[in-house]
Amino acid sequence: MSNIFAFAETRGGELRRAALEAVTAARQTADQIGGEVRVLIAGAPGIAVHAAKLAAHGADMVLVVEHEAFTHYNPEALAATLAAGLANNYRAAFFSASAQGKDLAPRVAAKLKVALASDVTEFAFSGDAVVAKHPGYTGKIVQTLTLKATPAIISLRPGAVLPKESPKAGTVQNIPSAGDPSASRVVVTDTVVGGGAKLDLGEAPVIISGGRGLKEAANFALVEDLAAAFGNAAVGATRAVTDEGWRPHSDQIGQTGRLVSPDLYVACGISGAIQHLAGMRTSKTIVAINKDKEAPIFKIADYGIVGDVLEILPVLTAAVKAAKQGA
Amino acid sequence: MKIAVCIKRVPDMDVRFKIGATGTSVDEAGLKFDISDFDGYAVEAALQIKEKANAGEVVVISLGADNVQETLRKAMSMGADRAVQLKHDAPVFDSFAIATALAAEISTGGYDLVMFGRMSIDTANQATGTMVAELLGLPIITAISKLDFDGGKVKARRELEGSYELIECPLPAIVTIDEGIARPRYPSLKGIMAAKKKPLETKPAQIGEQSYTLDKMELPAERAAGRIVGEGKDAVPELVRLLKEEAKVL
Ligand SMILES: Cc1cc2nc3c(=O)[nH]c(=O)nc-3n(C[C@H](O)[C@H](O)[C@H](O)COP(=O)(O)OP(=O)(O)OC[C@H]3O[C@@H](n4cnc5c(N)ncnc54)[C@H](O)[C@@H]3O)c2cc1C
Ligand SMILES: Nc1ncnc2c1ncn2[C@@H]1O[C@H](COP(=O)(O)O)[C@@H](O)[C@H]1O
Repeated sequence: MSNIFAFAETRGGELRRAALEAVTAARQTADQIGGEVRVLIAGAPGIAVHAAKLAAHGADMVLVVEHEAFTHYNPEALAATLAAGLANNYRAAFFSASAQGKDLAPRVAAKLKVALASDVTEFAFSGDAVVAKHPGYTGKIVQTLTLKATPAIISLRPGAVLPKESPKAGTVQNIPSAGDPSASRVVVTDTVVGGGAKLDLGEAPVIISGGRGLKEAANFALVEDLAAAFGNAAVGATRAVTDEGWRPHSDQIGQTGRLVSPDLYVACGISGAIQHLAGMRTSKTIVAINKDKEAPIFKIADYGIVGDVLEILPVLTAAVKAAKQGA
Repeated sequence: MKIAVCIKRVPDMDVRFKIGATGTSVDEAGLKFDISDFDGYAVEAALQIKEKANAGEVVVISLGADNVQETLRKAMSMGADRAVQLKHDAPVFDSFAIATALAAEISTGGYDLVMFGRMSIDTANQATGTMVAELLGLPIITAISKLDFDGGKVKARRELEGSYELIECPLPAIVTIDEGIARPRYPSLKGIMAAKKKPLETKPAQIGEQSYTLDKMELPAERAAGRIVGEGKDAVPELVRLLKEEAKVL
């Protein structure tokens, strides 16, 4: 029986939510079509501590690759190690369509000469095929693909599968890297974490996003405050805002920025241009605050408030704080 | 430096698309086409490298039917020196099949640097450049927002979720371009005139085997119409109630 594979993404030695999403997807698949879930995690010596969490989310076996040269993301050595392992009887391999996963998954698919479905929002296994949905055309068209070769390589849009616990043995097996990981041509010399220890956009269940309607960089404090009141929120922005330099480019959501699917997306002073919607229209619940009741963002928002965002945000922050305390 | 840039012809996205009769294509009637967004950034970045060095060559390559010649001319009107069309009339969606044909062409060019967009704005696979690199055994740095050269090395920056990486690799290499590097220039009239005389070579594309099939294209389900909860800060309590009781996100 074929097994199901998941790649456990880490950064700076920390396990990322992307890893748990991939493992959960693999577990659900194995429960449906059979096989064991095998998960690979790579990092500097000590990375094996995360095996327990991977087991809790459904890993039957955790393959651990420990080497100093995996301290930073090491795409060439990782891709070679994954391709060597995946050549042995796997039905499917799940990655996250995160920055790292989007770099890694096509490398592995090309090495194995098998099909890749990128940025998948839904998938189903039937017979010898995998059917995957993949949004394109800035989210305006959904493409349905059938992959027949094995393993099918699937990168999942962050948020498409929510991490779920389903404890399994998670037997740890140490394996060597394919080739010498210190000899990779592509070398990450530094990973710089921007803006403290805040949650990032790919991982946060709630995103509070600000647009030009906030008027100036300093007013993003209001957005930060609301995010802090939620406690599980990250801050996003439109291109108008990143162009102005009010927020870093890495905060940009949209066609040329991040693609996100949080449980809750709060758009503050955002008009709702299609390029912005391309990055967030799959959010589960959308709230919009805009002073213009004709703004296109209201067409896709579940709940809207018409009014001045600078006046509404502090009141909303206080109300969310009170609701959290009451909960 | 000899640079190749792979560019794709894509429809303008600022429209309401219609699905074609086959169910697996977009109805192209009335659509405008241009260079895919990130590929435009790549062309601009390549031109800036050449201008800074005051030497080198920028070659643009596009795979597709004869209408890609217009796309290639546009890149030449921006300043690219010459163009190659890999002719293939039927649409191809699979990045690996496209990568096979692009790799075959690139392998004969003796390029120091090959540039791609981070992803095509239509099929959005974000894979073609990486697959070409794997096929050619070249190092690749993907989705870069900054690019420098230092002693035969590429030095780049990639944006991550909430942070960034500094990455380097030796030349020759492949890079895929994210936003942030360069905004494409508009072709000047002089550039448009000059482009008409620049060489555009057409060759048959050696498309690889397709690794998957595209079964269906459809418009996403419309979101149910939302509602305006109210006006001004007085609407906040009702919004919070809805987030708690209806959406259950609080
Ligand atoms: C090739 C290309 C790629 C692009 N990629 C992206 C992308 O990835 N992401 C992205 O976001 N954009 C992208 N854009 C830009 C996009 O087209 C829009 O210009 C941008 O999203 C607008 O940002 P905004 O909503 O903040 O600003 P605006 O469109 O200026 O909207 C500001 C809104 O704030 C409201 N407002 C003003 N004052 C107040 C107030 N006091 N209280 C409440 N509301 C107020 C206004 O009514 C207005 O609706 C791209 C554009 C192009 C051409
Ligand atoms: N038909 C094509 N012709 C030339 N370049 C292409 C073609 N398709 C894709 N590319 C290149 O590959 C990049 C990534 O495409 P994709 O993998 O489809 O997201 C694009 O930004 C282009 O640089």
